[in-house]
Amino acid sequence: MSDNDSVKKGLEAYDAGVAKAIAKFPERKKAFVTGSKSPVKRLYTPLDDAGRDYARDVGFPGEYPYTRGVQNTMYRGRFWTMRQYAGFSTAEESNKRYKFLLEQGTTGLSVAFDLPTQIGYDSDHALSQGEVGKVGVAIDSLADMEILFDGIPLDKVSTSMTINAPASVLLAMYIAVAEKQGVTPDKLNGTIQNDILKEYVARGTYIFPPSPSMRLITDIFAYCSKEVPAWNTISISGYHIREAGSTASQEVAFTIADGIAYVDAAIKAGLDVDDFAPRLSFFFNAHNDLFEEVAKFRAARRVWAKVMKERFGAKSPKSLSLRFHTQTAGSTLTAQQPDNNIVRVAIQTLAAVLGGTQSLHTNSKDEALALPTEDSVRIALRTQQIVAYESGAAETIDPLAGSYYVESMTDRIQKEAEAYIATIDGLGGAVKAIEKGYVQQEIQDAAYAYQMDVESGERVVVGVNKFQIEEGSPKGLLRVDPIVGEMQAAKLKELRAKRDNEAVEKTLAALKAGAEGDANLMPLILDAVKAYATLGEICDVLRAEFGEYQQKVIL
Amino acid sequence: MERTIRVLVAKPGLDGHDRGAKVIARALRDAGMEVIYTGLRQTPEQIVSAAVQEDVDVVAMSILSGAHNHLFPRVTELLKEKGVDDMLVIGGGVIPDDDIPGLKAAGIAAVFTPGSPTGDIIEFIKKNLKRKA
Amino acid sequence: MDDSAVSAERVRSGDARAAARLISMIEREDPSRLAVLKALHAYGGKAHVVGITGPPGAGKSTLTDKLVGDLRGRGRRVAVIAVDPSSPFTGGAILGDRIRMQRHATDDGVYIRSLATRGHLGGLSRAAGEAVRVLDAAGYDDVIIETVGVGQSEVDIVRIADTVVLVSVPGLGDDIQAIKAGVMEIGDVFCVNKADKDGAERVVREIRAMLETAVLNGAATRFTPLFEARSALRGADGSAPAATPNPGSTEQGAFHHIAAQAPGHPNLEIPPVVTTVAETGEGIARLVDEIKAHEAALAATGFLRSRREANLAWELGRGAAQRVLSELERDESREALTELARSVLDRDIDYYDALDALEDAMTRTRRAVTTA
Repeated sequence: MSDNDSVKKGLEAYDAGVAKAIAKFPERKKAFVTGSKSPVKRLYTPLDDAGRDYARDVGFPGEYPYTRGVQNTMYRGRFWTMRQYAGFSTAEESNKRYKFLLEQGTTGLSVAFDLPTQIGYDSDHALSQGEVGKVGVAIDSLADMEILFDGIPLDKVSTSMTINAPASVLLAMYIAVAEKQGVTPDKLNGTIQNDILKEYVARGTYIFPPSPSMRLITDIFAYCSKEVPAWNTISISGYHIREAGSTASQEVAFTIADGIAYVDAAIKAGLDVDDFAPRLSFFFNAHNDLFEEVAKFRAARRVWAKVMKERFGAKSPKSLSLRFHTQTAGSTLTAQQPDNNIVRVAIQTLAAVLGGTQSLHTNSKDEALALPTEDSVRIALRTQQIVAYESGAAETIDPLAGSYYVESMTDRIQKEAEAYIATIDGLGGAVKAIEKGYVQQEIQDAAYAYQMDVESGERVVVGVNKFQIEEGSPKGLLRVDPIVGEMQAAKLKELRAKRDNEAVEKTLAALKAGAEGDANLMPLILDAVKAYATLGEICDVLRAEFGEYQQKVIL
Repeated sequence: MERTIRVLVAKPGLDGHDRGAKVIARALRDAGMEVIYTGLRQTPEQIVSAAVQEDVDVVAMSILSGAHNHLFPRVTELLKEKGVDDMLVIGGGVIPDDDIPGLKAAGIAAVFTPGSPTGDIIEFIKKNLKRKA
Repeated sequence: MDDSAVSAERVRSGDARAAARLISMIEREDPSRLAVLKALHAYGGKAHVVGITGPPGAGKSTLTDKLVGDLRGRGRRVAVIAVDPSSPFTGGAILGDRIRMQRHATDDGVYIRSLATRGHLGGLSRAAGEAVRVLDAAGYDDVIIETVGVGQSEVDIVRIADTVVLVSVPGLGDDIQAIKAGVMEIGDVFCVNKADKDGAERVVREIRAMLETAVLNGAATRFTPLFEARSALRGADGSAPAATPNPGSTEQGAFHHIAAQAPGHPNLEIPPVVTTVAETGEGIARLVDEIKAHEAALAATGFLRSRREANLAWELGRGAAQRVLSELERDESREALTELARSVLDRDIDYYDALDALEDAMTRTRRAVTTA
């Protein structure tokens, strides 16, 4: 009798016993599901391993298909980068916050820009009213960027910038600031998000239509592969897709489908896959369902490795391995009993670490209410440090591998993601699927189903639909002074008066000519930035040339 | 014939997080209301104009960027300028409790923060319509 | 604003609030709307009513947005009625067409209104018909009605609009069959949107072929009477039916195109098939030209009046039928019907005598009401 036969027999006996037991004492629920509403069995056994081949499907850390991690020593070499997303108000204020974070032991900066910056409007634009400095720092020109990184040696830190539609402009500003510090571009380390496709479906800070946007992105790929070789040119983001309400499988599927679209575009633009693919990075969400999330990260690595190898024929191991940043799930934070969020973030941190993330941002407990205060940011960072130094989770690699449950869920998420990717292929790829509204519809259906489950009480959110208490107003929230808008506007006025406006005109005209043709726009944008052309001016030139994207709304 | 409640669901300002607005739109529809959805990046002027042309009973706005203190009151102000006094205006999003009294004073009838059940919003609308149903 | 504050004067002065409220009163069949509508009656009949219809995903809202922009550029005041279906389950609706047109929201020369079908069978006809008359009297030069062409609604639009634009797009697969089925009865101007996509040329060819076949077979199409009226007109002033060498010309009466592909019929006339890319605005000016050429042709031939006559006759018939139905839904009527049904079941009278009796009774009530 084989091992499986004995397990089968044992399971039958167990099931019979369970049937008797639940006849008397029914289980808590009729159906058990994961955080993403996938069915969960009572018990997972070696029988669930059937069909999985260890060498083919799981393998070893640092080896294809990278299910167990992208490096061969993982956190035994060094911990993930603890990177706290921050930025608000003016460049001066944010600069202070960055210095605070570096003193507290963060190992990388992560810059949050305000919405006008993210959408390419100067602070004095009519649409910027009320938004300047609110969700991030306001950057209008190189002058602001110089202040933002004042006293921070750019060859010593790695900087992640959450910037998409105008990513070229902010990257150009970063390069220009570094040059002023005497740091050459080849010494720069960091990431720009630069992922426009998820902006169309989930995050909303788009400017241009898909095709010129894809050109801007591939221009960055091409430019950086020569000039800024250590820069991560894109962070293909599932984070916001998940925040918009997708399931875990959809997060993997739509992110990787977007990744496929970027690789396709770059290859079409004449790049060699192994020249740019090693600089592609990913960005995922970490939710509360610990095991499902760990399975998700493992499945994502496996799906990407297969795609890169089988579809694109990539050869470099760096092209095949999916490196990712994680942020804990903002959408799980509750305004009710905000201290509970500390616990949620701790679980999510563990999920990211057990899932093998390369860097991590932990949310602060008060973010469902406002921007985080320094105190709450410190707790969020300490959460990572406790997991790193005290929990033991980082001492061995991929500790949940071999769990019947986690392995079987890894397989399931892989299968579901691959099925979605096949559907998207059938629609003509991610860009087409987004234009048709397919991706948006899938996400929104999941979001609505989730909300209804919470409201029916089928899904419990502690402090929200169960275990509520009467509570007073939270105190000491961070506020951005509304005067920031006026300060930025005054700075702009001064800048426009004292810069060399002829040089600005000249560089903008060159950019316009470049945009009309098919020149790589990065050097032209860099020239304009160095002449102190503002972000809004540069984006206006491109708006005139490329047009603006119209949101595809699916309800 | 029972009056159909018409609601304008709008996203003023620049933030692109419309998960909440869309979930509300669906929930209001499922509660039998007619929802006119305006999409992202709406100025207060556009919102007020649409509300008037669509003759809605309710204007529901969502902001997650923190620009609510500027944008919500601007909408009620413009409605007042146009002499519109019979529309119920409500807001939602990441809004600190301390800001709520000021918003209410500015004519925002209710503010719904993250975690508010859609059922509460539906009930609030039904109970507080300014036009008789 | 109270409903009672709505007056014909306010509507005519361009008060968007008054027009908007009046349309709400129309939607819920508020009897107090009638006095205002009657007072507005004298001022109607000037607007060019354009229907835009086609399958879901054809880009109608974006197209409408661009048409509005173009017409504004020509100095015309434009109103849009965008119709979406109500949910059959909850009666609610999400009306999302407006999203595409929000850039016009603050333009005083543009009025946009979203209507839900509210479960009426052919629901567009009454409410939209009345709303069009309001916006016409309010002084909008063009009133555009946008509807999804599924089920009943595209038939309704035919009864309201002077000019119907039927929009199709490449890549709908089998949906083209649905368009084919009703295409001849619906369109005055044909638009193939998203013309930058693969397969656009094929859709254009297919539509042209269908139109040519219909003309060759002498099929009764929506455009046949116009073509006939124009031939007659030409015959009357002695000019030969000249070919139009320049498709798309906006010269009056030039509304038709020489079919290039029908073998053996070099001078065959069919309606225009315009390609557009609404996203970029490509082809929009040409589409507006054709819509306006159609209006001009309608006016020049006198067919505008006969079309409106026919539409109004249809609408009156519908209105009358609606009144009869409402009459029958009154409690007294229900009792009378039950009474009659019993008599038929008891074999006291036959079914047809029962119907006659019913008709008599209704005529008497009507007369009593009207003479009272």
